[in-house]
Amino acid sequence: MELSWIYGLIGGLMIGCAGAVLLLGTGRIMGASGLVGGLVDGTGQDRGTTAAFLAGLVGTPALMTGLGWQVDTQATTQLWLLILGGLAVGIGTRFANGCTSGHGVCGMSRLSVRGFAATLAYIGAGALTVTALRLGLGL
Amino acid sequence: MRALLALLSGALFGAGLHVSGMTDTARVRGFLDFGGAWDPTLAFVMGGAILPMVVAWRVARAGKPLAGSAFPSPPSAEITRPLIGGSVLFGVGWGLVGLCPGPALASISYGGWPGLVFLAAMLAGMWSTPPLRRALDRRATGT
Repeated sequence: MELSWIYGLIGGLMIGCAGAVLLLGTGRIMGASGLVGGLVDGTGQDRGTTAAFLAGLVGTPALMTGLGWQVDTQATTQLWLLILGGLAVGIGTRFANGCTSGHGVCGMSRLSVRGFAATLAYIGAGALTVTALRLGLGL
Repeated sequence: MRALLALLSGALFGAGLHVSGMTDTARVRGFLDFGGAWDPTLAFVMGGAILPMVVAWRVARAGKPLAGSAFPSPPSAEITRPLIGGSVLFGVGWGLVGLCPGPALASISYGGWPGLVFLAAMLAGMWSTPPLRRALDRRATGT
């Protein structure tokens, strides 16, 4: 528990290396919402590359869990929260053209003004939402 | 070759999300809870992820990808309404559940039914965005 920041830093470095491999290897930006969204709404090109990326993204955590590195998502079991939250994340990231990985990791690292603005907006809105839920509903 | 590099990238991304604890919604929502029991882990993840990417973007200034035709063009600096409105909406959903698109996918195998419900709603939202966007544009232009 006390070491969570070290795991965070190591995991973060791995995520950054993943973005570097995709950028320097294929010329594409590692944004999770853009990659999945392009497949889902049919606007994405280069689908084979995207599918391979998603296979890796889904596959390694499954493998690690299978090998005994268990992680619990501790997600809420309130159906309305899951559905509202999922819809908001799906629609919001597609309107904004990016999420935590695209605007946050890949955008801010190239000093993109849009990346910083988006990150400020979603962290701000997220913080307000979490605080409102805690104070209002005790969740 | 492209597919292999993309698979490697996805595998590293998934492993990084797993190791960092970012598929744990309590940790993510803890980061967003600045006024409560604040959990700084996400800041370390973001910082750690940005470091290799700073180097990668420098390398990507010239030449071309190992298995690709060109690097992305320089970013636009235009702050638009969809960018801010979309990000605010994303932030609300992120705060409600604690999952963003990467971790929602990375945790498919162990997130149980709540993870699958969230993922299904997220994909439905993504799928419905282009028509939604066209409808909003039509209203804005009054046609």
